[in-house]
Amino acid sequence: MTGLIIEAINVVKYLGHGAGEVKALRGVNMSVACGELTLLMGPSGSGKTTLLSVLGCMLTPTDGTVRVLGRSTADAGPGGLTKLRRDHIGFVFQSYHLFPTLTAVENVQLALDVQGVRSKPAIARAKEALVTVGLSHKEHAFPHELSGGEQQRVAIARAIVGNASVILADEPTGALDSENGHAIMTILANIAKDPSRGVLVVTHDPRILPFADRIIHIEDGRILGEGPDAGCSRSSRRILAMQSAGPR
Amino acid sequence: MSLIFRLASRNLLQDRLRFVATVIGIVFSIVLVTVQAGLFLSFERMVTTIIDHTSADLWIVPLGTKCFEDPSVLDEHYRTRALSVQGVTDAIPIVIGFTVWAVPSGGTTPVFIIGSSTSSEDLRPWNVVQGNLDDLSTPDGVAIDRTYFGRLGVTRISDTTEIRGIRARVVAITNGIRSFTTTPYVFTSLDRAKAYIGSSPNRISYFLVHISSTTDIVRVRTQLLANLPKVEVLTPDEFRSRSRAFWLFGTGAGAALFAGALLGAVVGTVIVAQTLYSSTKDHLNEFATLRAIGSSGVYIHKVIICQALLSAVIGFLLVACTGLVIVKATANTALPIIMTPVVTLGLFFLTVLMCVASSIAAIVQVTCIDPARVFKQ
Repeated sequence: MTGLIIEAINVVKYLGHGAGEVKALRGVNMSVACGELTLLMGPSGSGKTTLLSVLGCMLTPTDGTVRVLGRSTADAGPGGLTKLRRDHIGFVFQSYHLFPTLTAVENVQLALDVQGVRSKPAIARAKEALVTVGLSHKEHAFPHELSGGEQQRVAIARAIVGNASVILADEPTGALDSENGHAIMTILANIAKDPSRGVLVVTHDPRILPFADRIIHIEDGRILGEGPDAGCSRSSRRILAMQSAGPR
Repeated sequence: MSLIFRLASRNLLQDRLRFVATVIGIVFSIVLVTVQAGLFLSFERMVTTIIDHTSADLWIVPLGTKCFEDPSVLDEHYRTRALSVQGVTDAIPIVIGFTVWAVPSGGTTPVFIIGSSTSSEDLRPWNVVQGNLDDLSTPDGVAIDRTYFGRLGVTRISDTTEIRGIRARVVAITNGIRSFTTTPYVFTSLDRAKAYIGSSPNRISYFLVHISSTTDIVRVRTQLLANLPKVEVLTPDEFRSRSRAFWLFGTGAGAALFAGALLGAVVGTVIVAQTLYSSTKDHLNEFATLRAIGSSGVYIHKVIICQALLSAVIGFLLVACTGLVIVKATANTALPIIMTPVVTLGLFFLTVLMCVASSIAAIVQVTCIDPARVFKQ
């Protein structure tokens, strides 16, 4: 393991207000390191997505500290957090979130366009990223012309094209069959081999466990431990097993 | 082509029906504004058309005259007093007034008489298409515009009728001398005009003052005011402004045109705002994704404003075509709609302003967007 890209130190996050207030994270400590693929596992409502949002600088913690590349985000402000996301963090979403009116290469180019990269080099880099995910032959296809697996690969290309230090993936295989899910995880695992990058995958899909360098379990807003079973309560294991056995 | 432009244009065209509704909204709105502005311009020009066709350096008008058509009177002997002022080369008397024209086929219609000395070259009818202006000095001679043939019941030279019971004979026909009051102008000699409107022989409406080129106009005006009681001495520009102010704002006609134009702009803004807002709402996940991947607020605002500008440009192109058709179609009517390059440019900027203003609601919506929503979808 090399340096830490993102660290959460005693992170607490309340969601909602008044009677509807929910303590989504209750003093979370975790980190994502370079050259690693980390899995964050937990049942629905355990706080996975909230933690991902906080680590991804989309939500600010109610208490505690988040550090990106060693610097606290506490004083960053909304503009500073946007810049951190733009420069250092790539996102992959369960439902891809591609722009339906843009082609594959334009979707990837978009991540560079928001960084202010000029059109020509941006297109060249976008095409390169599509080669990395094995989709060079579909660069002019629109999302509706691509399969789910192909759309997710475009989303991964969009996440890596800006040289993000960390890729945060939310259930990247959640909408895919096992073959496509395997292919996507292979790509993410290859990205994580880059010693300057780390990948954090939020999932409750146990089929992707073999791709992980580290597995972190979260439940009720608390990190239970690391390892395939570490810290996982019996009830959580049963929920995970049921979720993975359910219809896909 | 920039990616922002591609994203904006494709977002806009993705829902063709909504895009068509947007463009129709812009077209209806701006065409309404165009018609109102065109009418305003036309009105503004027609209000001063007689003043525009004189070459006087100064106008002597009765005190408190509101406009050219204001039927006040001056004593005829003022002419002698005016001519006594150093530098004044001529003071041409003009008589105006409303009266009644007997339509040969029966009935009467109001007309507006303009009488001036037939020996003077000032305030003579222009755009003469038939007859001869010199014949205005012949007995009963009058000049009318062919626009009003139907109203006046005459159609050619030598047709005769009566004005206030006094015989009148058409000796000249003009084209395009239209009155904004829709009351036809009838040009005739000074004395006949007095008879037609029934004014006293020594009563005059205005004097058109000509001065020598070396004379100081301010000094002449001061001396005229000192010599003539209860008059105002106006430059043509001042008289034009006064006439416009009276007809456009004093009568409420201009306010009505402004109100129509404003209503058009407001309706257009609301329609465009509504369609842009709903388009933005439909693409909210995409804007949230942009926020999530680190796009600045400005970048997203550019996408929305680009959509608004595209709508404006496409809408305006259609407005311009429609406007040309309207201008051509009304060219020979009593109140033609006028378009000038400046007004066209102004309408373009109004369209752009309207569309950009319309995007404010959409911008507010995306500004408040939570990027974390992408995880929930």
